[in-house]
Amino acid sequence: MSNLFDLLVAGLATGAIYALVAVGFTLLWQTSQTINFAQGEFVMLPAFLMLAAMHVGAPFWLAIILGILLSMILLGLAFKMLLVDPMMRHGVLPLAIATMALAIGIKEAVKQFFSAEASPFPSIVPTGDISILGHAVSLQSIGVLILAILAVFGLTTLLNRTSLGHQMQAAAQNPTVARIIGVPVERMILLTFLINAFLVALASLLITPIYLAKFSSGEVLGQAAFIAAIVGGFNQVRGAIAGGLLIGVLDNLAAAYVSTQYRAAVPMIFLIAVILFRPQGLLGRAEERTV
Amino acid sequence: MKSTLLVGALLTAITTTGAFAQTIKLADVAELSGGGATVGTNWKNGIDLAIEEINAKGGVLGRKLEVTHADSQSNPGVARAQVQKALDAEPYVLLGPGYSGSVKVTAPLAAEAGITQIMGGEAAELTQAGNKFLFRTSFGQQSSMPKVAKYIHDDMKAKSVAVVWVNNDFGRGGRDVVIKELERLGSKVVADLSTEAGQADFAADVGKIKAANPDAVFVYLNEEESARILKELKRQGVTAPLMGETTLIGQKVIELAGDAANGARGHVGLTTDAPVDLIKGFRDRFSKKYNYVPDHNGLKGYLAVYMVKATTEKMGKVDSKAFADALHGLTIKASEEPGILMDVTFDQNGDIDRQSFLVEVVEGKQVVKQVLPKVK
Repeated sequence: MSNLFDLLVAGLATGAIYALVAVGFTLLWQTSQTINFAQGEFVMLPAFLMLAAMHVGAPFWLAIILGILLSMILLGLAFKMLLVDPMMRHGVLPLAIATMALAIGIKEAVKQFFSAEASPFPSIVPTGDISILGHAVSLQSIGVLILAILAVFGLTTLLNRTSLGHQMQAAAQNPTVARIIGVPVERMILLTFLINAFLVALASLLITPIYLAKFSSGEVLGQAAFIAAIVGGFNQVRGAIAGGLLIGVLDNLAAAYVSTQYRAAVPMIFLIAVILFRPQGLLGRAEERTV
Repeated sequence: MKSTLLVGALLTAITTTGAFAQTIKLADVAELSGGGATVGTNWKNGIDLAIEEINAKGGVLGRKLEVTHADSQSNPGVARAQVQKALDAEPYVLLGPGYSGSVKVTAPLAAEAGITQIMGGEAAELTQAGNKFLFRTSFGQQSSMPKVAKYIHDDMKAKSVAVVWVNNDFGRGGRDVVIKELERLGSKVVADLSTEAGQADFAADVGKIKAANPDAVFVYLNEEESARILKELKRQGVTAPLMGETTLIGQKVIELAGDAANGARGHVGLTTDAPVDLIKGFRDRFSKKYNYVPDHNGLKGYLAVYMVKATTEKMGKVDSKAFADALHGLTIKASEEPGILMDVTFDQNGDIDRQSFLVEVVEGKQVVKQVLPKVK
């Protein structure tokens, strides 16, 4: 039983990070029909930007700020202006393939400029355990969970409770009408790219102490987050959150109670089942897409 | 004018060939760039050091050694092309590569050319394909795992063992041998856990180990995954002693795992920290020449050249075709050939038998705790 509790906490912590990354997926899809197959690499890169900042002498807190800012510039602004905008007019598929190419480019660049070997990465949450209901739970898991929940809560508040959020939703749901009533649609789309960049940088900061900074660490993450987004519902932020948590927990429980050898297969089987029986995702809306 | 040039060219050709006849040519193909650059550079430097020493003392049977280095870029495809090129120049012996994957694709080329290949790979299968020209410089899994199992059974006194392994050729090869040996000795395998290469989350695996409550845990993963599982084992409070191979207690693992690596033990075939005077001497000479402390790959490269020297002197002639036959079954004693550093015996497959070391991580440092004797 204590084992189950440990597994749930560890699964939720991993799942919360999948959720952060999956939310980015759905945001980009909703506002600009971009399926970003480089999303995993987007999570890998900020850790290296932070390491580079520390390498030139910045303290950890400053490195975090610089890393997040640089990520927003590179993975938000530059990504949109240099890759998405020029490719968008050719349709969804060429853009998706371009993001795959970008993923390879980022990986190779990191391998070239840093190293192919993993590096340790400091944790913003102190290591150690605290006791909850008589169970030793790692502070790192709890910290990751809390920070991820805060980020998601902040995002949903922004989307649902502020004028800016309403404008973003309007731009996503019906850009033509939004433009007529005076919503600066282009700026709203850019904003979602910046939010996505912030979310992946945060995910990077949280997951890298556990995964280690390595050029290939985005592959697993990107895949898990993609599955999470589809399972939860590609057109719903709350769907992506639920999907992320579900995949995280499922992965851990499968490893413990099914087979460590087939753990990677279980989320895939789940994904196939969802696509077969509920293609819009667990919490997704049935309509295909906007406009 | 033309004829003068021709004569000149001919003369040059003759003198060059003459010079070559005096030296013994070795060819080295190693991972000098790419992911395995550390492996290949250490290997190359070890070779250069050994050749420098041997030549300073008059060479082998009065002839100097000479080596050409080629870069495999840590890529089996490039390694194959480089080895083919090296073999075309008809070397006396081929040295390298260090990566098992590169050895696997190049060994048939060397065998076909009838050239002996002394390499750094450690995968079990390499010497099991009946290749009569391939020799190791370090243990393959079939030599190291029996020692590991014996230590777990005899010294750790473990009646029950959890085995965690990475699901690839390397991991499965080691797991198969160690489980067979453990069961033969009478230690029960209570958990047999396969993990994925690149796996990040070990909470479930460690949970299973905890539930099995073994007397010892054998961890056989790549270095990064080793670091992650060490952290998780510490976090979940697993107190059973941890045993592994070089991949569990390597310097990289200690750097990545921090405190969690303390107490982990591993079997190491070659280490420059070994309490052996000849190895200490090697380490000093190497550090003086290259300004850094070599890893075991530096030792392997160094030993490869001394294998060439000892075998050639044993034959009493420089005979490329008879070399492999002479090395099969040969025992080289460090008392007779100090460059070989420790007594070593080669069997009919090209596998080696040699003493090895039991290393424990103490306060972030590798400490040699025990010398494990030769098997035979």
